[in-house]
Amino acid sequence: MTCLPSQSGKKLGLVIDLDTCVGCQACVTACKEWNTGGHMAPLTDIDPYGGHVDGVWFNRVHSYEHTTEMGGRTVNFPRSCLHCETPACVTVCPTGASYKRASDGIVLIDEDKCIGCKLCSWACPYGAREFDTDVGVMKKCTLCVDRIYNDNLAEEDRVPACVAACPTSARHFGDLGDPLSAVSQLVAERGGVDLMPELGYHPTNKYLPPRAHTTRAASVAAPALEPVRAEGGFLGWVDRMLSN
Amino acid sequence: MHPAFSVVFFTTATGAGYGLLALLGVLGGFQIIPPDLWLGFIGLGLALGLIAAGLLSSTGHLGRPERAWRAFSQWRSSWLSREGVASVITFIPAGLFGIGWIFFGRTNGWVAIAGLLATCGAVVTVCTTGMIYASLKPIAQWHSRFTLPGYLIFSAMTGSVLMNALLQGFALGSKVLLAACLLLTMLGWGWKLATWRYNDRLEIATNANTATGLAGGTVRSLEWPHTEENYLLKEMGFRIARKHSARLREITQLLAFALPVLLLVAAFALPWPFAAVVSVIAAMAQFAGMLVERWLFFAEAKHTITLYYGC
Ligand code: SF4
Ligand code: SF4
Repeated sequence: MTCLPSQSGKKLGLVIDLDTCVGCQACVTACKEWNTGGHMAPLTDIDPYGGHVDGVWFNRVHSYEHTTEMGGRTVNFPRSCLHCETPACVTVCPTGASYKRASDGIVLIDEDKCIGCKLCSWACPYGAREFDTDVGVMKKCTLCVDRIYNDNLAEEDRVPACVAACPTSARHFGDLGDPLSAVSQLVAERGGVDLMPELGYHPTNKYLPPRAHTTRAASVAAPALEPVRAEGGFLGWVDRMLSN
Repeated sequence: MHPAFSVVFFTTATGAGYGLLALLGVLGGFQIIPPDLWLGFIGLGLALGLIAAGLLSSTGHLGRPERAWRAFSQWRSSWLSREGVASVITFIPAGLFGIGWIFFGRTNGWVAIAGLLATCGAVVTVCTTGMIYASLKPIAQWHSRFTLPGYLIFSAMTGSVLMNALLQGFALGSKVLLAACLLLTMLGWGWKLATWRYNDRLEIATNANTATGLAGGTVRSLEWPHTEENYLLKEMGFRIARKHSARLREITQLLAFALPVLLLVAAFALPWPFAAVVSVIAAMAQFAGMLVERWLFFAEAKHTITLYYGC
């Protein structure tokens, strides 16, 4: 049913820190690797070694230059499904292939029901859905539903592949419906924001804005070098001998 | 938005087809036009043929057309599903109406009721098509109060101009219908101009700042996540040069509105069969013009995903 379920209160999602993300693409690669064998497999690549490479990815990292009166800086920006609370991508689906889980809020696609009408990708403002031209169905991030509940994995590995891969810990996973969870507290502390809140999709994932510029100059210079002028005494004698 | 020909043709053809079906249902049902065999055969054949061709063309757009039947299930939430249900249900009274008219040579009694039900079905289906587009928030040019009335007006306009061509062909033309065609074409023209004016001045609250959550200042795309075009850019990143769009707007106005108006005015003055010839040309020009209009409807629509790519 593509009507939205009444919420259970649990809202699993990601918190992405735009301050620490270095744009290394590790999450992109880890996502592709896990998911091309996961729930939505395969993540088809078209002409992967040719001149017109194309393919399905759930996570894409952009780079922006953000310029304000305080100065400019580069911001790396991972973009993936935000598992919205009121996602039109689900309600527009004519077949029931797209659905939002009542138990944890994850938005998924049932590949066997999808007719590939692409309307859901038009309805998603964030570009989180990509069509697999080879299989003829729509694909999207599953929040690694096949990892986070997977008893075959060690406890610490039961997080989305992107979160596990991030070398700077810019990605956090947890229950955003619980105000006491670590992710909710991080969002509160750092002033996490919704993307395009004006469209009313109520994304679950939150983005932590880069920390404020500081007026203090960063200490980038190396400490001053030792003086090299000739000294007297034994060291002076050594120096003179070696300089000859 | 990428103007896929299958969808451009689908909305134009079904718009005209449902418009014609609605008029045949009303005019036939109220015995305003005679239950002539060939009029019914060609008229309903044309209407249902346009609808069927449009629907078939739209299934060509699907990734898995063999599962299309599943699209009838989610009518509670999805306008696309509602459109599928409404279009199929409309075939029932339309089919009965056709059987009554063509095989029993009558358009009164139960045949009239079937005709009027077909009219209702046609109107409902066009509304559902309009709502598919009008309900999409990420595309500001579609998510506007102009979209749904536009679909209804253009359906009535192309349907009535087709109806006029049909009746003129059977030497059954009427001044009232001609006048209605003229009025609807002028209304369509005005509505399209108003829509373009609205879209050109549109100030959208969504921008690169709200898309990235980076408040204040400017956000400029430094680097895309990929070097080649992907699905998102091919499907939703379609861009049309301003000068091309201006040109195509002129062509739309000429073919869909100006030329039909002139030809319909001429049809007032000319005797049969000349009136019939100009009426048919008017309908064909308008159909071609509406294909261009619908192409532009897609090409000029900007999806919020383009904000992430800085285009
Ligand atoms: S980000 Fe897009 S695909 Fe994901 S839930 Fe929201 S609207 Fe749907
Ligand atoms: S492409 Fe598939 S999942 Fe998306 S709206 Fe169409 S049927 Fe539903």
